[in-house]
Amino acid sequence: MRRWRDAWRDRRVAWSGSLLLVLACAAFIVPILAPLAGQEWGGVDLYRRLASPSLIHPLGTDEIGRDLMLRLLQGGRVSLMVGIVAALAAAGFGTAIGLFAGFRGGRTDAVLMRATDGMIALPLLPLLIVLAAIDLKKIGVPTSLVDSEAISLYRIIVLVAFVGWTTVGRIVRGATLSLRSRDFVRAAEAMGASSARIMLVHILPNLASPIIVATTLAVGEIILLESVLSFLGVGVQPPIASWGNMLTGAQETIAFAPQLALYPGLLIFVTVIACNFLGDGLQDALDPRAERRL
Amino acid sequence: MSRFVAMRLLQVAAVLAIMSFVIYALIGLMPGDPIDLMISSNPHLTPADAVRLKALYGLDRPLIERYFAWAKAALTGDFGYSRLYVKPAFEVLLPRLGNTALLMGASIICAYALALPLGILAARKPGSAIDSAVNMLCFAGISVPPFWLALMLILIFAAGLGVLPAGGIATIGDGSIPDRLQHLVLPVATLTLASMGGHLRYIRASMIETLRQDFIRTARAKGAGETRVLTRHALRNALIPVVTVLALSFGSLFSGALITETMFAYPGMGKLIYDAIQGNDFNLALAGLLLATLTVLLANLAADIAYAVIDPRISYR
Repeated sequence: MRRWRDAWRDRRVAWSGSLLLVLACAAFIVPILAPLAGQEWGGVDLYRRLASPSLIHPLGTDEIGRDLMLRLLQGGRVSLMVGIVAALAAAGFGTAIGLFAGFRGGRTDAVLMRATDGMIALPLLPLLIVLAAIDLKKIGVPTSLVDSEAISLYRIIVLVAFVGWTTVGRIVRGATLSLRSRDFVRAAEAMGASSARIMLVHILPNLASPIIVATTLAVGEIILLESVLSFLGVGVQPPIASWGNMLTGAQETIAFAPQLALYPGLLIFVTVIACNFLGDGLQDALDPRAERRL
Repeated sequence: MSRFVAMRLLQVAAVLAIMSFVIYALIGLMPGDPIDLMISSNPHLTPADAVRLKALYGLDRPLIERYFAWAKAALTGDFGYSRLYVKPAFEVLLPRLGNTALLMGASIICAYALALPLGILAARKPGSAIDSAVNMLCFAGISVPPFWLALMLILIFAAGLGVLPAGGIATIGDGSIPDRLQHLVLPVATLTLASMGGHLRYIRASMIETLRQDFIRTARAKGAGETRVLTRHALRNALIPVVTVLALSFGSLFSGALITETMFAYPGMGKLIYDAIQGNDFNLALAGLLLATLTVLLANLAADIAYAVIDPRISYR
């Protein structure tokens, strides 16, 4: 608990943590409250396209007359949710790989880490675009699910988690390697504990800090990737808003409605940078053995 | 050394073989097969014709068989016909490869031209105002969505100030060098800024680490000037871990190039692959993805060889 209080004392952690909390609260609460403010507030209104900011529409309206601020918050809810869910999935997978590689060492470690490196070295974006384009019916996903509106959400979560585990995998592997030769692990081994028991009971609990740090960094990385894919039209599909797909049409309207291009991207930028600062600050605070940052 | 290179080339071939099969299989899973496309564009086709055409093109055979037929042709340099461009896929790809290489090469050079001095400057006084600014720049670089950066640059320099073109590679009817360079500025700036953060971060960290070493104190003690200590003694050693990062970065650089090319309508490989996937041009997408992978893997290998050149302690025997 003390370490967490220390962490909060780090300016980077306090600032970026609060910023993310405020953003998340706004994104999750306001869209729920919106219908209470009247149906027309968030709806399409073709007579009020690209309106300038006013009391009812604090940031103005978009190209089909929807309130821009509400739309940004709805998009934020989706982008944050995809980022967090996919990062948790990626963290689970990365932890499993990293723990196994670090614990077994030798050949297993070499093979797994080469595979991780290989994956980082590949041009992943075009591959993801191919993966996003495949027809899910052809691999046996039920038709009712494929035709549902939320399918693009499930699909993007699986896709970005598939790429995002590498960061977590490497960090966990490094931490496992250093724990593996510690006395308490040796003692457990000498007492005849099974490999599975040592990994799960003795090593895993000690990996909490690196896993938290890696997951925080992965959230940022994944939000960025989701925005790129949604922007290119292969991620979250309209009418569901995400910060990425809100920018898809922005290039055409940039000359007369630059605000439509500005805000969603600014929110992605701020969110991702906050995740990176938070992860970096937590790393320094939660891992006192690592050299203090200068 | 030559044995190491030979082994690595074998690895590259193996990765390409695996990738080609995976992509081939994935592309088969994309919606709409070639016969469906023919049916939708020709109302006179009967179901019997469709079956006949399927047999004619071998689409009724199992996946493995079709893949080997494709691979056999590909090994002789035949990557099939591009549906969108009505030309052999390879002929469409080659000129685009040059454009992308120019974009990526220019951005790597610009990124290092900026990151090296900034990293050294920051590492000289860790914790100083300069260091904090450089650190901020690193975080901004790795956190900025590249397509949004492109939008903002277009907004400022093309739509706002009107000093630079918003896309393309040349003004129609004007192929002069200054005109082409002008069209390169914004794409290269986007890719440079979006890829620089990671490099800068490693250069700074590695320089701080190196400047703490004993041999730096020795160099200072024997009276070497500051510039000499920084460049001859520290930088050469600090660059070693940086090169490993460079070697692993070509894949994501290509991903960045894809985004940049799409934003600026720049006719490169990335945009071509994207258009091919979106336009159901299977042959072109497959050949493009493999060529991109091959290029990235070879660049990766080149960086690994450079690693041995700058660090005499490493020998690949």
